[in-house]
Amino acid sequence: MGMTMTERILARASGRDEVRPGDLVLARVDFAMGHDLTIPPAGKIMREQMGAERIWDPERVAVVQDHFQPAKDAASATLGRMTREFARDMGVRWYFEVGQGGICHTVLPERGLVLPGELVVGADSHSCTYGALNNFATGIGSTDLACVLALGELWFRVPESLRFVYHNRLGEWVEGKDLILHVIGTIGVDGARSKAMEHTGEALRHLDMEARLTMTNMAIEAGAKNGIMACDDVTTTYLRGRAQRPYEPVVSDPDAVYERTFEIDAEKVPITLARPTSPDNMASIDEVAGTRLDQVFIGSCTNSRITDLRRAARVLAGRHVAPWVRLIVTPSSHEVARQAEREGLIRTFLDAGAAWTTATCGACLGGHMGVLGEGEVCLSTTNRNFPGRMGDPRALVYLANPAVAAASAVTGVITHPREVAREPVGA
Amino acid sequence: MTAATILRGRAWRFGDNVDTDQIIPAKYAIYSLDEGRLGQHAMEGVPGNEGGWSQGIARGDIIVAGSNFGCGSSREIAPIAIRGAGVSCVIADSFARIFFRNSINLGYPILQSPQAAEAIEAGDELEVDLEAGVIRDLTRGDEYRADAFPEFMTELMRMGGLVPWVRQRLEERGGRD
Ligand code: SF4
Repeated sequence: MGMTMTERILARASGRDEVRPGDLVLARVDFAMGHDLTIPPAGKIMREQMGAERIWDPERVAVVQDHFQPAKDAASATLGRMTREFARDMGVRWYFEVGQGGICHTVLPERGLVLPGELVVGADSHSCTYGALNNFATGIGSTDLACVLALGELWFRVPESLRFVYHNRLGEWVEGKDLILHVIGTIGVDGARSKAMEHTGEALRHLDMEARLTMTNMAIEAGAKNGIMACDDVTTTYLRGRAQRPYEPVVSDPDAVYERTFEIDAEKVPITLARPTSPDNMASIDEVAGTRLDQVFIGSCTNSRITDLRRAARVLAGRHVAPWVRLIVTPSSHEVARQAEREGLIRTFLDAGAAWTTATCGACLGGHMGVLGEGEVCLSTTNRNFPGRMGDPRALVYLANPAVAAASAVTGVITHPREVAREPVGA
Repeated sequence: MTAATILRGRAWRFGDNVDTDQIIPAKYAIYSLDEGRLGQHAMEGVPGNEGGWSQGIARGDIIVAGSNFGCGSSREIAPIAIRGAGVSCVIADSFARIFFRNSINLGYPILQSPQAAEAIEAGDELEVDLEAGVIRDLTRGDEYRADAFPEFMTELMRMGGLVPWVRQRLEERGGRD
């Protein structure tokens, strides 16, 4: 019997010829990541409770200052300091200071640190993002991370795989975000609980790496353990000049076993949003158009990479944010910010009346720079809209793609981008 | 530090898909190293609990929830906050995977039982036998069996979580050097 790519990676990493869903394996980790909220507890557990003095391999660990950094208050400054000291004491090779990295899930792919065929863990639930680069990547807790830092290995339950096949090509204004919101809306927030989501099909071949990362980023919003895609020309082109190590892609065998296969006609997927207060509360743009907004947020590891900012800027160019609405644009890394600067996108955002911020998680998790108040309504390009995610539990958050966000900022209500821009993006 | 095997307490009911932002709102993540402080704010993100929840908890009380409990972020402070509030265990129809992992790694007892999650009502007196995997509703006189976990997970829970397991492995390795 054949294996899926997920099974193949877990088999290799655990030194077995074959694994099956449900098997518990002890596997070697190829790369691990922690950030300013998860390194302090993990470091403490590793040193004080587990009694380890060193990390297993300083070359294979990234530490990123992103969640509450630049420090939003004194307590987060303390966490930032503990994170910094841990990275320094342990000689962590891939340490990203404020101003030099950005959001972990953008930084690791763009620095070529997470590669095809690898087993990657991150002490952050959206670590599943990296799977677009043909690896097994999953989010773990702080005690898990402490274990990995100390030993370089961790226990895993081999997940069942669900396959999503996207036929045809995406319609105008429809992006990776719409596809994944459509899938989550169809299967529900626990529709892939503890399973692997393997994405494949013709529509994906036409998606750039950024759009693919958006899709695997939200695997966890369907409850999945990981999201994964094959390695193709888009992948190898993206990795050229970035990859920090040699890599070996994995493929799913033709006779690999899937618990279920979903066939999706990408051409028929409309611009899709998630209504408050759950990512599976799916709505097409027509169903929610006209909803009044207080804030629009373009940011996060989901949808604030360079192609996302280009799409948003294209809609905003020469236009202005509606009165009584605030638009906050937070690039997801400093590399993205630099590129946006080179392309003149920052100018477009500033001229449109947007608040352009440094690269950080910021408003995404209700941390700082855009926290919502009671009863406020926000349209956001992020991945979660549970009660309280972006601030007050009575605030309402709609999730959408960046072009919808830009168009809605211009009108002040949820708006189809074609209403605002005459020319389609990328035309 | 192995958990007591017989737990007793009153049931506190929650619905489906209670996520980690409801269990412990992100703004309290800055207290990630202070279990007591996290406990004071446990379940505060659940709509209606804005004024606090843990004040009403008696040590040993039990959370009974629907499906996908603990979905959302990887925050290990979610089970820690619940433990910090004095809750002795969580019974649910099902758990989200990272919450599940984190609890096992912490040696914190969680039980999956769709029947119990469906039938138990708020305020019921419960008794949980962890070794046997049995949940008794003393108020109603009902008894439920929790789903069995794979051997390795039961072993981790019995050892008190991942910390003692790693210590053991480090010692073995040290011995080899
Ligand atoms: S941007 Fe948001 S979802 Fe992404 S890592 Fe930061 S807080 Fe998490």
